[in-house]
Amino acid sequence: MAISLGFRHGVHPPEEKGLTNHLPIRRMPYPDEVVLPLRQHAGKPARLCVKVGDHVERGDTIADADGFMSVPIHASAAGTVVDVGWWPHPDGSMAETVRIKVDRYAPHIPRPRLVPHWEGLSAEEVVRAVQNAGVVGLGGAAFPTHVKLTPPKDATVHTLIINGAECEPYLTSDHRTMVEYAPRVLFGIRVMMRSLGVSRCVVGIERNKPDAIAAMIAAVPPDLDVEILPLTVKYPQGAEKMLIKAVTGVEVPSGQLPVTAGVVVQNVGSVAAIAEVFETGLPLVERIVTVTGHGLRRPANLIVPVGTKLRDLLAFCDGVTPDAAEVIIGGPMMGQAQANLDAPVVKGTTGVVVLAREETRHDQSWACIHCGRCLDACPVFLNPSTLGELAQARRYDDMADMHLADCMLCGSCAYVCPSNIPLAQLFQASKAALRRQLATVP
Amino acid sequence: MTAPTAQRLIVTASPHLKPADSTPRIMWNVVGSLVPIVVASAWFFGISALLVIAAATLGAVAAERAFGRGGSLADGSAAITGLLLGLSLPAGMPLWMVFVGGAFAIGFGKAVWGGLGQNVFNPALVGRAFLQGAFPVAITTWPTPGGGFFTLKGDLFVAPFVHPTVNAVTSATPLGLLKFEGKGTSLLHLVLGTTGGSVGETAALVILAGGAYLALRNYLNWRIPVSVLLTVAILSGIIHLADPHKPDAMFMLFSGGLMLGAVYMATDMVTSPVTNLGRWAFGIGIGALVVVIRIWGGLPEGVMYAILFMNALVPFINRATQPRVFGTATRRAA
Repeated sequence: MAISLGFRHGVHPPEEKGLTNHLPIRRMPYPDEVVLPLRQHAGKPARLCVKVGDHVERGDTIADADGFMSVPIHASAAGTVVDVGWWPHPDGSMAETVRIKVDRYAPHIPRPRLVPHWEGLSAEEVVRAVQNAGVVGLGGAAFPTHVKLTPPKDATVHTLIINGAECEPYLTSDHRTMVEYAPRVLFGIRVMMRSLGVSRCVVGIERNKPDAIAAMIAAVPPDLDVEILPLTVKYPQGAEKMLIKAVTGVEVPSGQLPVTAGVVVQNVGSVAAIAEVFETGLPLVERIVTVTGHGLRRPANLIVPVGTKLRDLLAFCDGVTPDAAEVIIGGPMMGQAQANLDAPVVKGTTGVVVLAREETRHDQSWACIHCGRCLDACPVFLNPSTLGELAQARRYDDMADMHLADCMLCGSCAYVCPSNIPLAQLFQASKAALRRQLATVP
Repeated sequence: MTAPTAQRLIVTASPHLKPADSTPRIMWNVVGSLVPIVVASAWFFGISALLVIAAATLGAVAAERAFGRGGSLADGSAAITGLLLGLSLPAGMPLWMVFVGGAFAIGFGKAVWGGLGQNVFNPALVGRAFLQGAFPVAITTWPTPGGGFFTLKGDLFVAPFVHPTVNAVTSATPLGLLKFEGKGTSLLHLVLGTTGGSVGETAALVILAGGAYLALRNYLNWRIPVSVLLTVAILSGIIHLADPHKPDAMFMLFSGGLMLGAVYMATDMVTSPVTNLGRWAFGIGIGALVVVIRIWGGLPEGVMYAILFMNALVPFINRATQPRVFGTATRRAA
């Protein structure tokens, strides 16, 4: 077995995966209502194609893809469209959203659908089927998967890398997917490899998931060149560029896409979703979500219909403890804190973490003492100490010169900062300010 | 049950987890690691040492209280400045001078720059440089270690601006002996700290132990003391080989304020470089300056000026040693 050389820097937050990494995935019953934002993926939001009063079956398209950089949205339960309007989105904004009152007595089986024999399909037809199924990256960024299956004409892809690192604390959905659905993941890998025309695939899994590594190794078919590569347990091992460095030893050039290094990276959950498209014909209407945290009474790994409100999800897990303080969608390092529990689980929701009060950040921060720990933590070797001071002085152009664009907001710098300076937040705001500046330049 | 109400939810920016460490914890750990050095200074110089350290700390804390931001005493940095200043002074120094030095260290070494994290020069050394200029005799009157614990050394309680009558039993420091009288000091005395000198600088082994503790807990960057001490050892070793009348490496390492300076003053995070490469450059620069000042300069000791000079260069060192950004070929010039 090959050895991963890993990547430099990074941090070791408490893993906290023991709450759920042993719990089998269970299916959550349908809530009374699902709310489906039209914007659940990177790229253009989908275009609405239903109206209030329409009856929809599970898996019916309710919004079409708007161009190539877009995917359709499907009804995640059978029921009646009761409203189309603004609704809280888990990214903190309001978004155009379809609300479906779930039919309690519907069988919730999808319409009979043609499951194409995938081996008879051309690469273009596979890409189209993946797009039509609404599959996006399930690791959090929700980048449309069919776009990744369509590398630029001039690029040569030699390796498919499957991201099973799951380096965020608390989250175990990819872990459980690999343990329980390893053959399905391998089937998805087979489809992707054929569509991309690559002969080699590496699945990177952090060493803290030995059962997942074993299950995946056992499931590798003899005719596929798939290597299961154990990775060092370090955050952010699952960041695309860190993973590529750990697997291939190559640094993706600053400002470039992974494809320039000849690789395509896809998350384990997305691969399983592709497999499901060609196994059952069911589009992406549900996903595996880790619902966990020391502020939650009964943590679980759940198959959740997309569009389930956080309120219903937490209630199904017996609710929160008295010292629950913060509800986060995603992991605690890069996730989004929620102000409104009516926001739904969307396609990119990897987990819902309820933090207890003593785990959360305190308000007080101190001046930067130039200890340099952030420089030793930053996985892309920036100087967050100086960048932070520039951000507070609003010297955004100087920040751009210091490669702010390479910052992926992983939060490692802020996590190690003894002065509790919200560096990731400052950098996010600075990136937004730079975008506004660019937009106003004639 | 059940789901929390909107009022009870807090919303913070990511990352949401509490950081593993805090600035006050670092500062108070440094204070804690200085306690054995204070005890050693009392062992060598008696109650006088404790009085000098207390006066310097009081001066620093009083100035922080007067000029600092509200609550800034709690971060512990003013206490470090006061303790380090006190440890770098002779045991017989009049306490009013020491107190003024402590207040000057914080007032002009830190507060005028904008408080914690903003100053360019190490505040304790700013205070010491001020005392060196204002009271050159008092700061170079070195009482002999030993004697009874309660024997006061020098004119500790002399009133301000009264000419002190020198009545202490004094002895020159090893570096002074060498420079002005051409006499050596045995290595055993140097290592054990039973020589003349500032109250806290003679106990080299205790200082090294404190530094090792801080380095293991990542409260001190080991690259700076290692590069300072290595540079001094190598440079003075070469010079000693070329001219055996010059002091050897062990004498240079264990005499004067080098240990205290290398372990506790050069490593002040605020006034040293943020990059690891820069820390090596910073340490090598200090070590080289110490050797140059001690061997060819007019002063017997040069640690203070070496560190202050390199402090001034820190912004340039930082700029010249910016890390190579991931996915780029070369270090960039900022």
